[in-house]
Amino acid sequence: MGRFHRHIDGTGHQHNLEHDHDHATVHGDLSGYRTGPERVLVLERIFSENDRCAAANRATLDAAGVVAVNVMSSPGAGKTEILRHTLMNLSGPARIGIVEGDIETSIDADRLSGFGAQIALLNTGSGFGGECHLDAPMVASALPRLDLTSLDLLFIENVGNLVCPAEFDVGAHHRVMVYAITEGEEKPLKYPVMFRAVELVLVNKLDLLPHLDFDLPLFRRNLASVNPSATVLEVSARTASGLGPWFDWLAGLR
Amino acid sequence: MHELSLCGAIYEIVDRAAAGRPVTVIHLQVGRLRQVVPDTLRFCWTLVSDQTDLAGTELEVDSVPVALRCLDCDVDSTVADELLLLCDRCGGNHVSVTSGEEFMLTSLELAEG
Repeated sequence: MGRFHRHIDGTGHQHNLEHDHDHATVHGDLSGYRTGPERVLVLERIFSENDRCAAANRATLDAAGVVAVNVMSSPGAGKTEILRHTLMNLSGPARIGIVEGDIETSIDADRLSGFGAQIALLNTGSGFGGECHLDAPMVASALPRLDLTSLDLLFIENVGNLVCPAEFDVGAHHRVMVYAITEGEEKPLKYPVMFRAVELVLVNKLDLLPHLDFDLPLFRRNLASVNPSATVLEVSARTASGLGPWFDWLAGLR
Repeated sequence: MHELSLCGAIYEIVDRAAAGRPVTVIHLQVGRLRQVVPDTLRFCWTLVSDQTDLAGTELEVDSVPVALRCLDCDVDSTVADELLLLCDRCGGNHVSVTSGEEFMLTSLELAEG
């Protein structure tokens, strides 16, 4: 392919690799000869570095025979409590690990200890006030702290946030959400990206239904309008009701 | 949001692609379904590029509309309201997003001379 340029004396030609005159002084210096700004084509996805790292995480997990589930929600919806029940009930049949993501403190990691599960804590609080989500490089830094060959199931408990975590593939195999009925019916419409990103929604705090005006069928319709294929399970982590189908769903992943 | 950390990722890509050459404008493609605010991104870019080789460069954002393919009636639709991803023809929500999720650095403009 040729590239047009002009010489100092005004003559010009297509530039080929083979040519028969000397360009020593002009060659490579096109100042003053350009007709417009030079464009460099890049075509690189901004998330490409994160996604490369996520694929590497998934490969590491696959090699060790571990299924990873990214658990997301608003702050306070009940992720940790649901994981606590999961550890209580499944720690026998399944070998479970946790990557615990929080901006600050080890409070959630502490709450999950005592069930024999391996836990790796990620505090995202350094830098500009803390990252509001987990990304693939952060999870990559946590994986070597776990003995993956001795695990079957890994939960990655994300930072409580309905916006940013949905944007970042951390290398998990599955993505689920915990949603509390105290949050109202409209959030699937307000945060469509998050609700579309997950396969399963655990609708939590059902024990509070008598005290709220929460319209469950409306919530289900709103969710279906942004994510028609999501599985919906109604649970109460506080009373431990409805968790059976969640344990069954997890068992079906392996 | 986290436009600041996104600008960190953009910086790495530009730095590599520019390979020492002087950059003026950075062209990005941002789909309307991405949770990125172009003004915030541009502001954060000034913070991230300040006192580096890329200081003074501009982010130019091309906002890509959302388009869908209906999996029931096979019709392509464009979306006016990004909250409701419904087929234009049948109103159904059994759709696949064909554009609007891009977040890409497409090209760089280099300084003349």
